[in-house]
Amino acid sequence: MTDAAITTEGLTKRFGPVLALNGVDLELPAGGVLGLLGPNGAGKTTLVRILATLLRPDQGRARVAGFDVSKRPAEVRRRIGLSGQYAAVDPFLTGAENLIMIGRLYGLTRRKASHRAAELAAQLQLTEGAGRLVRTYSGGMRRRLDVAASLIAAPPVLFLDEPTTGLDPAGRLALWNVLAQLTAEGTSLLLTTQYIEEAERLAATIVIISSGQVIARGTPDELKAKAGGDRLDLQAAPGQDLRRLAASIAALGSRQPAVDEAAGRVVLPVADGAAILPDVVRRLTAAGLQVSALALRRPTLEEAFLALTGQAAGTLPPETSAASSVPADAPRPAGKKRSTS
Amino acid sequence: MTAVATTARPLHSQRPARALADVAVITGRNLRRLVRVPTLLAFATVQPVLFVLLFTYAFGGAVHVPGTARYIDYLLPGIFVLSIGFGASQTGVAIAEDLGTGMIDRFRSLPITGAAVLAGRVAADAIRNLFVVGLMTGVGAAVGFRFHAGPVAAAAAVALAVATGVAFSWLNLLLGLAVRDPESAGLAGIFPVVILFFTSSTLVPVATMPGWLQAFAKANPVTVIADALRALCLGGPATRPVLEATMWLAALLAITIPAAIGRYRHAITP
Ligand SMILES: Nc1ncnc2c1ncn2[C@@H]1O[C@H](COP(=O)(O)OP(=O)(O)OP(=O)(O)O)[C@@H](O)[C@H]1O
Ligand SMILES: [Mg+2]
Repeated sequence: MTDAAITTEGLTKRFGPVLALNGVDLELPAGGVLGLLGPNGAGKTTLVRILATLLRPDQGRARVAGFDVSKRPAEVRRRIGLSGQYAAVDPFLTGAENLIMIGRLYGLTRRKASHRAAELAAQLQLTEGAGRLVRTYSGGMRRRLDVAASLIAAPPVLFLDEPTTGLDPAGRLALWNVLAQLTAEGTSLLLTTQYIEEAERLAATIVIISSGQVIARGTPDELKAKAGGDRLDLQAAPGQDLRRLAASIAALGSRQPAVDEAAGRVVLPVADGAAILPDVVRRLTAAGLQVSALALRRPTLEEAFLALTGQAAGTLPPETSAASSVPADAPRPAGKKRSTS
Repeated sequence: MTAVATTARPLHSQRPARALADVAVITGRNLRRLVRVPTLLAFATVQPVLFVLLFTYAFGGAVHVPGTARYIDYLLPGIFVLSIGFGASQTGVAIAEDLGTGMIDRFRSLPITGAAVLAGRVAADAIRNLFVVGLMTGVGAAVGFRFHAGPVAAAAAVALAVATGVAFSWLNLLLGLAVRDPESAGLAGIFPVVILFFTSSTLVPVATMPGWLQAFAKANPVTVIADALRALCLGGPATRPVLEATMWLAALLAITIPAAIGRYRHAITP
């Protein structure tokens, strides 16, 4: 058999009318890091809960650390750590007591558990609060404590469901460092996140799910390539109409251009890269539009995510879409003569 | 399978001694909570003391139980059951809260059995009840209560009271896991205690009740347990009532323990 940390085949889970997971196939090699992305309600938490033996799948199979989650849940639990989407720590224990309790339930001796608790508290900047009741913690402190609890016994397979939600930048960085160290030492990690940057930074493989189905998977570079080629950034010169700018070049893109009013920028997904640049310049000239900067670049992972999940934020809404305004403005650059000042 | 298991080395050996250690850890957690939540501590201590004093002075003048010198001697064994029954409703509330906050999710992802999590709560309750029975005995003694049947019978009475608490705790764990909402769990736990209490021999002898109620009152487990406790505290033939009480408790445990563990296995934060 493989020595994969996680494998799932056709995992399906229904909650009444909601199909939370619809045939999910995954594989995470031992020692790997998998970033699970997806919009709200995609099924990320449901997947994590099934893998952590909290929920039973309706159909399909899942193996974690070599054991089937439905048939051998006890064996799975001896090898996993879980930090769920909402911090689950006891408010009436101190931070240290929470960690030591969980450590002891993993079978650590009291001494070992205290030692690890102090170590993790230091790494996650919780030392100052370790002796205080968790009831007095801020949200971010609770979150860090919850993650620390899942790490206390250094389990070989780790599930973290949005571990950095609510953390300040320093806390996030501290956690990333701890996780990078653990995965370098061979821990297998499955992490869900809404922060694309986090997935890109920690995960070698990214899986995007939407409506319970895997819609894309691969390395960040592979996903960027899948998201419809390159992006052309057009920084409008001051005083230019962004919508006219977008409309003038819309026909050249592989998808609708996105207008970023705040940044004064139009972003056009393009399929054939540098080859269209002369056309772009010609159309801008014909329409009498000016740009202060023109740059062709790879899409960011965030743009790839939005494109792949069909949530392309910032694209023109239909009533003012480029297509409808094109006839008024710049469809036939050769037809209308305009000054190109 | 074995090749895989070595790459992901298990964290926890599963020996029976470990299960006991797990119960001890969970017990410690629950005792800490009890001490740190002021309202819980008040509920656990002030209420039993109030029960002893209120019932003694409110009913003591009116009720004369044949064969007992003082009403408090008759009353106190029943008040043990009442206080323990009321206190146990906290256990249903606590497990429903643990469900809501995700603590149960966390525990269920750990290499421990559900029985250990639940037994840890029951054990903490038992320690609290031991303390509560001692406190009530002390307050009762101040207003005239005495054990009349010797130290062995007195110890047996305390043991029976604590055993009653164990059965109530399991019942409330089951209720809390079934209704899942802390407020409903509290009500669900108190409701049967109130009904059974006022239709039992706790406050007045069954013989003083109307005929239609007597049949129910005699079969009422609270009557059976209160009578057994009374026999152990006051003297007189104790074997039969204690045996009956023990059978009631064993039956209750035989139903509630597997049912509560079964519920826990599939319990999940809503
Ligand atoms: N216990 C439940 N009962 C009913 N429906 C549920 C339950 N748990 C999840 N769902 C539904 O299943 C779907 C997937 O939910 P899930 O929590 O897995 O999404 P998610 O990807 O984690 O979302 P988010 O990013 O908001 O955390 C949602 O439509 C949700 O409403
Ligand atoms: Mg989620």
